[in-house]
Amino acid sequence: MKHASEEQLVLLYYGEAADAADIDRHLEGCETCRAEYRALQLVLNTVNSAPVPERGAEYGAEVWKRVENRLGRRKRRPSFTQWWIWAPAMAALLVGAFLAGRLTHKPGAELAKNQQIRERILLVAVGDHLERSQMVLAELSNAPNGRGKLDISDERQMAADLLEDNRLYRQTAHVTGDTAVANVLDDLERVLIEIAHSPTEVSSEQLEDLQHQIESRGLLFKVRVLGSRVHQEEVAPTAQKDTKKL
Amino acid sequence: MDAEAGSAIERARSGDSDAFRLLVEQHSHAIFRLAYRMTGNEQDAEDVVQETFLRAYRQLDKYEARSSFSTWLFRIASNYSLDLIRMRKRHEDRRERGTSEERDILDTVAMDTPGPDRVVYGGQVKDRVNAALNQLSAQERTAFVLRHFEGLSIDEIGKALGTGTNATKHSIFRAVQKLRKSLEPVVGHAR
Repeated sequence: MKHASEEQLVLLYYGEAADAADIDRHLEGCETCRAEYRALQLVLNTVNSAPVPERGAEYGAEVWKRVENRLGRRKRRPSFTQWWIWAPAMAALLVGAFLAGRLTHKPGAELAKNQQIRERILLVAVGDHLERSQMVLAELSNAPNGRGKLDISDERQMAADLLEDNRLYRQTAHVTGDTAVANVLDDLERVLIEIAHSPTEVSSEQLEDLQHQIESRGLLFKVRVLGSRVHQEEVAPTAQKDTKKL
Repeated sequence: MDAEAGSAIERARSGDSDAFRLLVEQHSHAIFRLAYRMTGNEQDAEDVVQETFLRAYRQLDKYEARSSFSTWLFRIASNYSLDLIRMRKRHEDRRERGTSEERDILDTVAMDTPGPDRVVYGGQVKDRVNAALNQLSAQERTAFVLRHFEGLSIDEIGKALGTGTNATKHSIFRAVQKLRKSLEPVVGHAR
């Protein structure tokens, strides 16, 4: 066997070398590789000395206090299983349902109640959608410019993922007549398309153009405000929602 | 996964907040340690802990009992930490941009750091380890921390981060190379 590579020694250290027995045998007879492995062990063992601040015995209870109230709000959501999987599909159904409701014109308590439930499911989905969109926009807005090419593959992928949902929510907002929401989602969609269709690595000019589009529309601010509004409506008691739209 | 933990997860899924409290109390320390090693910052680590449990609660129905609950939480915490580290790095890059004079001064200060003897005997190895970890990219640091400190296999890390086994392996190799480059002058001297 020729000398062990650094990769083989790293895998050996972590117990993941497929050819561990061969490497061990080689190490027994090769002083060079033994010295190399000792040096690697020394560094990796030293890394263990990196300190982590201590947390007391009550830490778990403290964390619970911090998250408890926020979980409570989420619990008021209709407890359907795996809602996030079918949230976009539900949005599509809602578009149809709202349209059908408009065409049939059958006002009544039952219909209003069903509509409230549908709106609530939609609100939850839209809230998460806006949160994720905000993350993409903030990443790009704050990205450093003027230092050559920048890898935006993560943001590009997220934008592509968000696009389809955005279309559904925008259509629903149009159908329900919530123009303000529809307009924000409309602006958001244009920028998401731009991001999703950008190259994986953008030049300074391309990044500047994306940042300009986000800033000139005041998009990040609008998405934050809308997200906050959606969140407030999400936590508001259902009874207060009968006059509210998306 | 033991029966008690399994039962707590099931009850939490059906909206029992007391059951979720048990899970939070049981896993908070481990998530904090992971988050701190990833972010290198106490405040960020606390944010990661909090956000991890909020996301876990929302996504409980996605959890499959095939993997351990702690590994599943690690996956959520790692991905959130990755986002956070990337965001921080970009902010820092932006702040430093265009101030080459300041960078030159910082470089000079860095050259003035104590020599190996003083570092080792002055008990500053830990600081050097932290500094070395800070030099890793977000992806390298996350993969390395999960492998080195948390003992996840490379395959598990690839799945958790959605990067695949080969890319994960290379992230860990690059991380180890960088750590050796930074730390060997220090620990090598102590041999």
